[in-house]
Amino acid sequence: MTWDWDYAREVLPKLLEGLLVTFEATVVGSLIAYVLGLVFAFIRRSRIPVLSQVVWLFVEFVRSTPLLVQVFFLYYVLQPELGLLWTSFLTGSIALGVHYACYTAEVYRAGIDAIPVGQWEAATALSLPRSRVWLGVILPQAVPRVLPALGNYTISMFKETPLLIAIGVVDLVGEARGVGAQSYRYVEPFTIAGLLFLLLSYPASILVRRLERRVNRQH
Amino acid sequence: MFDNFGFFFPRILEGLPQTVYATLGGIALTIVLALVAGLAMLSRLRVVRFVARVYVEAFRGTSEVVQLFWIYLVVPILVGFQVVPLAAGIAVLGLNHGAYGAEIVRGAVQSVPKAQVEGAVALNFTPAQRLRRVVLPQAFVEMLPPFNNLFIQLLKSTALLFFINVPEMTRQVEVLRPNFGESLATMYGIILVLYLLLAIVITGVMRWLERAAARRLGRRPPSRTSALAKVSAGGVG
Repeated sequence: MTWDWDYAREVLPKLLEGLLVTFEATVVGSLIAYVLGLVFAFIRRSRIPVLSQVVWLFVEFVRSTPLLVQVFFLYYVLQPELGLLWTSFLTGSIALGVHYACYTAEVYRAGIDAIPVGQWEAATALSLPRSRVWLGVILPQAVPRVLPALGNYTISMFKETPLLIAIGVVDLVGEARGVGAQSYRYVEPFTIAGLLFLLLSYPASILVRRLERRVNRQH
Repeated sequence: MFDNFGFFFPRILEGLPQTVYATLGGIALTIVLALVAGLAMLSRLRVVRFVARVYVEAFRGTSEVVQLFWIYLVVPILVGFQVVPLAAGIAVLGLNHGAYGAEIVRGAVQSVPKAQVEGAVALNFTPAQRLRRVVLPQAFVEMLPPFNNLFIQLLKSTALLFFINVPEMTRQVEVLRPNFGESLATMYGIILVLYLLLAIVITGVMRWLERAAARRLGRRPPSRTSALAKVSAGGVG
């Protein structure tokens, strides 16, 4: 079986439509992961009894179990149980976001731990209020340092989005599977899908590496 | 909720061996590919370095689900025969994680102090002896913690074999789903706990290896920390 250029050109628009969905899920998931991860890191650090341990257990549990099963659990069990009417896209993006928040929490924690003790001491000596210490002193120093790591997680999230086809999200791979099933020709759609992933994630990872080098030079 | 427990629990457990085979097969292939590609990336020959680089970037740059479909649906068309789903799954797990592992191997070998190699040269070791007796034993200790993370990622990825109908745990629950909708929470709970236990087993074995390897080098064994997986930054890459 040979490569059919006409067929490849024919399926490309559909695949690009799917790519847009993949993008959207990655963006929504990333935003959730960035915010929720910071919240998790805060709770762990504040050492609020019970809540802190619950978050720790949750984070470890989520990181040790497959995302796909978590997606199913959220879609088939938790979401109907709570009486929500989320679409499969929304459910999937939220699952992605929460899963990756458990990774970004660790990134934020490491970033905050890397702030020299002197900064905390100086903030205390100036008797800055708690909120100013965080928003004015600690986070402005910690966040730039963790940006490359957050970027890496966004790239890996982009590559994990296709598993949302299991709950019916029609993303790039969903489209590839769809057009492949219609014509019984899988070679072109899946090869193009793979190349599109490579075409986007490879330059993105180079950009992140460059950012990493710049951040390292500054500190 | 627990009415049909006696019925579906054995069914789910039937998927456990498949998950374990996929994990072990994937880990074995990962180790081989990571070592070969990792050392190839440090080769003096430009062609060898280039080939290894292409392999690593191709598998790290694309989605694992795409790779799975590609090997399961496209490769049979190209070569002309159908692949057993579990074999296709193990191949993808190994190829994908082997690419990530290659970077770990490369980094670990590079982290061995240069003086160690120079010392081995001065002692008239052959290149093979240098690698086997001096560089790899030291690099090995460095590799173990990141490989622990990688193997746990691999274990979690076995759930993706669901897509190519390997009867592993996630697929078993999917088969039961239409008839036991009211027990879904329990069923997912069971497999999540089983995955967690498998992850703890992997971490336990790797910790034991870490201590053994450190002792062999005459270093102090690393301290025992949390028994749960510490999947650090860049684990999924």
